[in-house]
Amino acid sequence: MPGIIKTEGLSHVYGKGTPFERKALDNIDLEIERGEFIGLIGHTGSGKSTLIQHLNGLLKPTEGRVLVDGKDIWEDIRKVRDIRFRVGLVFQYPEHQLFEETVYKDIAFGPTNMGLEKYEIEERVYEAAEFVGISREQLFRSPFELSGGQKRRAAIAGVIAMRPDVLILDEPTAGLDPAGREEILARIRDYHAIRNTTVILVTHNMEEIARNASRIIVMEKGRIRMTGTAHDVFSHAEDLRDMGLAVPQITQVFLRLREMGLDVDPSVYTVDQAKRKILKMWRDVHA
Amino acid sequence: MEGLTIVNANDVILRAENLSYKYDSASEEDFALQGLNITVRKGEFIAILGHNGSGKSTLAKHFNAILLPAGGKMYVAGMETADENLIYSIRQTVGMVFQNPDNQIVANIVEEDIAFAPENLGVDPAEIRKRVDDALKAVGMYEFKDHAPHMLSGGQKQRIAIAGVIAMMPQCIVLDEPTAMLDPVGRNEVLRTIRLLNREYGITIVLITHHMEEAAICDRVVVMEKGQIATDGTPKEVFAQVEMLKSLGLTVPQTVELIYMLRKEGIDIPLDALSVEECAEAIYNVLKPVGRDSDARYN
Repeated sequence: MPGIIKTEGLSHVYGKGTPFERKALDNIDLEIERGEFIGLIGHTGSGKSTLIQHLNGLLKPTEGRVLVDGKDIWEDIRKVRDIRFRVGLVFQYPEHQLFEETVYKDIAFGPTNMGLEKYEIEERVYEAAEFVGISREQLFRSPFELSGGQKRRAAIAGVIAMRPDVLILDEPTAGLDPAGREEILARIRDYHAIRNTTVILVTHNMEEIARNASRIIVMEKGRIRMTGTAHDVFSHAEDLRDMGLAVPQITQVFLRLREMGLDVDPSVYTVDQAKRKILKMWRDVHA
Repeated sequence: MEGLTIVNANDVILRAENLSYKYDSASEEDFALQGLNITVRKGEFIAILGHNGSGKSTLAKHFNAILLPAGGKMYVAGMETADENLIYSIRQTVGMVFQNPDNQIVANIVEEDIAFAPENLGVDPAEIRKRVDDALKAVGMYEFKDHAPHMLSGGQKQRIAIAGVIAMMPQCIVLDEPTAMLDPVGRNEVLRTIRLLNREYGITIVLITHHMEEAAICDRVVVMEKGQIATDGTPKEVFAQVEMLKSLGLTVPQTVELIYMLRKEGIDIPLDALSVEECAEAIYNVLKPVGRDSDARYN
């Protein structure tokens, strides 16, 4: 079975033929399997946002193809819109796009556009609200009465309600406090685990990536520079740093310990892993 | 009275006395600030932490009279913010920078944007020219003076917003989550800039942030909870209170978290290692082979 998402020689040039011409994506070959939890990282301007906008047909490749379930999404231009129901994209600061009178209506917007029956829309709104932790009572309030974190979750529910096969989130935790960040991530993790939805998480936060993604894709200058598990990617911590990416503090500590002459593997990226490694070494030394 | 002497003291820039505030929409007993006291001395570099709704931004808005106290008093360089006649002096003394740089830039050319505040203050044109140039140099954006702000990166735009405040020559800048919308590179640009303004220009900095790593580079950290101050001290003192911070829905830097967990396992390691360097050093010291001198690695 082909991957749920595949790109072949995907390139995108902004402002072609103008003085502002810029190649944002350069020959990207990518395959994402059903059920993967992908962490997409890269410096600002590396092409992350351009890439994800191709995956649901918001942008058209200048060259190459984007395939969803093995089918070129631009093959029949009349069906591109359907791709947006299957590949749901949550933009940065999605709460800025809330517009309806009630949270319920806002979440129902996507399913309504899909042309679903009323009872099915209702079922999906309640289901999506439950996934993101919006109470029934809140559903009938104005979205503008919610707190920042609740608004963000309501906006995410609007995409989840379309029951997309692929859920793409562009920095879903930006600007939230630590508790709000963890709340959102826990909801996304649960959703992924229960529905087996393919998730693509775009973030600058390496700790979030390290703790959640089953595979990490690192972009730089419109190309894919690395792909692999957190362990693979963070074992190239120096390269990440050279690309202007912030490696987790804990990885930096281990890099420093190695510089100091300790025989440690610096591909550590969570506090828990670090604790276990240090405890083991400590017991060896003090045995 | 101790309070009076401090209000008159020349080295105090911000002083809140028993400060209370309630938003109109809030319920009867739901105070955003309740009986808060804080003194900030000139030249301090202070971070304010707290989860959403803890009152951080409400407090920040009292620092330059965007909000006025419902109870208690707020003094800026000795001026009481409730006195309407002083409002212009207060706003020139304390400048504010907000989260979203796009909401703070008014002009189509960088240097015109910087000139906006001094023009409104009626500053002499020659002096404006000088202030604009100086402000842009202070944030490292001088070579962009002829650029259009919307073509700049988030970090650059935020530095322009900071330069716009500097052109008023304030004694204090209050920044409300200035890096929340920035990538790591932009975040570093802004942090470097405000640190420089503090160290080189002596400007008092109040940094409101959700990022513990940012708070760790300040001289003083204040943690807020339910409109009051939960704890106040140096970064080392504050972050050592791991349990308390967690109970307030905050995190600690990974370095502190690691050492905290190692201590729980019975390893005798001091809990005040905040930077990567200090943390590595502390761990190295407990792991180095027994009997070997700590300087052995330099041989």
